[in-house]
Amino acid sequence: MQVVLPYLIAGWSGFFVMAVELLGGRLMAPTFGSSIYVWGAIITVFMLALSLGYLAGGRYSMRQPSVRRLGVLLLVAAATVLPVLLFGERMLDAVSIAMPDPRFGSLLAATILFFVPTFFSGMISPYAVRLLVRDQASSGRHAGQLYFVSTFGSAAGTLLTSFYLVLLLEVNHILLSLLAVSGVIGVTAAFSGRPAGAAQ
Amino acid sequence: MWGRITIAVLLLAGMASQVQAQKLVHSERSLYREVLVYDTGSVRCMCFTRNCRVGRQTCMDTRHPDRFALNYTRMMLGALYLNPQPRSILIVGLGGGTLPRALMQVLPQTAIDTVEIDPAVVRVAKQYFDFAPGSRVSVAEQDGRVFVKRAIREGRRYDLIMLDAFDHEYIPEHLLTQEFLREVKTLLAPGGVLAANTFSSSRLYDYESVTYASVFGTFFNLKRDNRVILAMNGPLPDMESIERNSAVHRDDFAKFDVHAEFLLPLFSTRPDWNAKTRILTDQYSPANLLNLN
Repeated sequence: MQVVLPYLIAGWSGFFVMAVELLGGRLMAPTFGSSIYVWGAIITVFMLALSLGYLAGGRYSMRQPSVRRLGVLLLVAAATVLPVLLFGERMLDAVSIAMPDPRFGSLLAATILFFVPTFFSGMISPYAVRLLVRDQASSGRHAGQLYFVSTFGSAAGTLLTSFYLVLLLEVNHILLSLLAVSGVIGVTAAFSGRPAGAAQ
Repeated sequence: MWGRITIAVLLLAGMASQVQAQKLVHSERSLYREVLVYDTGSVRCMCFTRNCRVGRQTCMDTRHPDRFALNYTRMMLGALYLNPQPRSILIVGLGGGTLPRALMQVLPQTAIDTVEIDPAVVRVAKQYFDFAPGSRVSVAEQDGRVFVKRAIREGRRYDLIMLDAFDHEYIPEHLLTQEFLREVKTLLAPGGVLAANTFSSSRLYDYESVTYASVFGTFFNLKRDNRVILAMNGPLPDMESIERNSAVHRDDFAKFDVHAEFLLPLFSTRPDWNAKTRILTDQYSPANLLNLN
């Protein structure tokens, strides 16, 4: 489990991020439209949040790394999507009134809604690398395998969401399903194995 | 549907003279697509695909620029049979500007606002399709839904709203939901008319029909190549008043090759869709997936 879970969490997190990004476009369209700059704003925020998340995840992995903490990161990323479900629409309307320019309005709205969950999602990959790497010689292989799993998850999340899920479910129901899966995986990891720092 | 339009346009071109080659007159890349202008004999079309392979946005006979080349634009003018004298009009989706150009002539006193997301389409409409906005005709280059929301906040109301923002290959899904249609209804003055150019083929037909019905109740469902929905913020007039109204602009309409003999038989309120279909909402709007055949 101590090897399987980091891969599973990284792969699912990749799926989760891209599914939320696509649905983010859906959620913002009624307020900001589907102009090219709305997508530009969303992608910018996701990329920026991921990049800073990578930095933070790497730093965080230096103190007593454990699968349990990795699970908690996944849970936090999921929990911070909840405000999107609860206040998303009201927030979007308020931003569009406060900032009528659709470019910066959508940039601000995407930041408020999606920066935090994506930041925590970004922390997961470098943290998982730390858990998998045993020695310097195999570090590249482990990192490569982890990138594979994570980006493959992103591809799957993009395809399934845009081809199939939106045809079956409402946007909020898809988000809730994503949160449920994150919850199951995160809780499994958080209660798995030995506590951080415990003796073998 | 588009196959039939293609045939209709080919026939039109064929009538002009013998079969003539398509000539590319202009092309420009926009943020969204490539905007192409082709001449076939005297018929000029704006297309978003090479050689107009699928669907034309707008066509115009350059020897008779007033004459409508496509049936759906004729059916859109049917909106004036429900209210012959709108004082304010909003048109979402400009294309070549055929509709605002015609409405400017028919209703010289009426203020017309148009909204088009793609600045390249606006440029091409002005340069190649004689679209000339002026003091009474404005063009806003922005997303239709954003425009509608803002207009509601500013307390504006329109006597006639025309939705013509869809093309054959891509539907802006946020313009085909119950919430959007409610916003459009809010933006209509009491007794105001909505004319929407929509889809007559594919699975989407049923979804779209129940969505319009959920907001407007009964509506006129004009079908010929495309389908045009004519709905009102308020009760629909009876056929007698529609026939009476059809006489108001008879001579002007004749210039566009739009005739009551063609339009009146198309006014039907008979539902011919599956009423149990799921309504499209902001939460559930896979219109493009549903439009795949």
